[in-house]
Amino acid sequence: MNQQLKCTVDSAAVGYQTFTIGQVKFERCEYFAYINCPKGEHLIPIDAFLRALMRDVAWGFFYGTVAFDDVFGTTNHYGNVDIYMGSKHSEWVKAGRDYVENFKSDLLMALFRAMLSDWTNAGFDPFAAPQETGTAFGRKHGNEDSLINRKREVARRMVGIPGDAALRSDDTGFPVNRAFLDVDQQQPVIQAEPGFEGELHAYNFFGYLARSAVTWNPSVVSVIRQSLFCPTTEEFVLPIDHGNDRVEWFIQLSDEIVWDIKDGATSAPKAKVTMRAGDVCAMPGDIRHKGQSPKRSMLLVWENASPQIMDMIRDGTVPMVPVTF
Amino acid sequence: MVAAYRTVFGSIDDYRKGGVECLNDDPKRYVYSNMFEVAANSRPHERIAVARNLDYTIEVCRAEGLSPWMVCAHDEFVVAMDYDVTVHYRKLDDESGIDDSKDGFRTLAGEPAGRAMGRIFLKRGHQALLPEKRAYRFEASRPATLMLQSVSGPETQEKWADICQK
Repeated sequence: MNQQLKCTVDSAAVGYQTFTIGQVKFERCEYFAYINCPKGEHLIPIDAFLRALMRDVAWGFFYGTVAFDDVFGTTNHYGNVDIYMGSKHSEWVKAGRDYVENFKSDLLMALFRAMLSDWTNAGFDPFAAPQETGTAFGRKHGNEDSLINRKREVARRMVGIPGDAALRSDDTGFPVNRAFLDVDQQQPVIQAEPGFEGELHAYNFFGYLARSAVTWNPSVVSVIRQSLFCPTTEEFVLPIDHGNDRVEWFIQLSDEIVWDIKDGATSAPKAKVTMRAGDVCAMPGDIRHKGQSPKRSMLLVWENASPQIMDMIRDGTVPMVPVTF
Repeated sequence: MVAAYRTVFGSIDDYRKGGVECLNDDPKRYVYSNMFEVAANSRPHERIAVARNLDYTIEVCRAEGLSPWMVCAHDEFVVAMDYDVTVHYRKLDDESGIDDSKDGFRTLAGEPAGRAMGRIFLKRGHQALLPEKRAYRFEASRPATLMLQSVSGPETQEKWADICQK
């Protein structure tokens, strides 16, 4: 990197820590995150950076690539993770400016967690929609560790079954979100015959989603072996561009989301997908997708966590599309 | 002043399908469909895959009247996507016909012998467990859309060319 062109960050003045891992350095000022590597420096507005970082941390680096933008991101190799700059953009690669460095997952996760904690000021929730939270900008003041350390709710069989992930309620700190006040909250009526009271289970799935305190953050509500129903509520913009390494499916349960689709390797735009209530869409395994939800909406993300897929990814046989016709 | 929001759901008789606009891709790769459209154009009780990931499926079923009894060796889940559906459950007297090594639901003939376990009244957005090896059937007084989480089996119908954007 041309050191003369490196930005000046007065960390002492703004109060944030600088974080270094390998040859990658992270700094922040009042408005931006700065990512430095031997091939160059990249800036990301700090609100966008923290929203993306929150997802990368909460999802354990997720499946495949978590692109913070077209230049910077991480790629999960499940046990170790790449930090990359420019390697998923054809122009950076053409210019020879692309850079990748690999780290043990637990080491990078520890750094990302510490960075998220130090860089998130009091009043800013990186999981919230912009209208629901304060600003990420400014000099260091306070923290929001209780918000950034939220635990993901994961059902083993189905939400609401005794001993499994609990229903959400006002009493457990999950009020109905302002955008879903018109969603019915009644639970299904269950009439069990004597002796079968513990065997019939059902709950208000849409009502449960209406009480989600976060955006763009799937939980797990029902499980068949490796088939996971991972619904989430979405508002504004997905903070990351997700480049999955396997097929995933979206089922739009309510309202509308518009997805921008790019080539996973080059960042070239490929398609626009407009999903409305009832629509079902596969996301191929060779693209990146970023969603825009004008009104808080309910989305079902369907994942296959099968170890068979991991083997297929390793030997390059994982299908990029789920079916052909 | 608190803003009022209107949440838009779809139904078998009222939906607005989206789609894929390609710059440099093939819409068939997105296997794009709408479950209400699928249900609207289905026969009652047939189960049509609208999503598939290796052997796992998401199926759409048009509930209308009383369905046949079905059973499965593994758990399944059902979500009522629009109108009211009642799920009836029965514990079979004879489970020997349920093959643990076979995936996917199986339709049972007539009224299988067993004990009534009860029923669940589902409204829009309610999800119910269809537990392994327990027979179940659906009842709806008007056509309704069910979304099922399951595993592909011999009775799962795949009609991708019919239901998907090309």
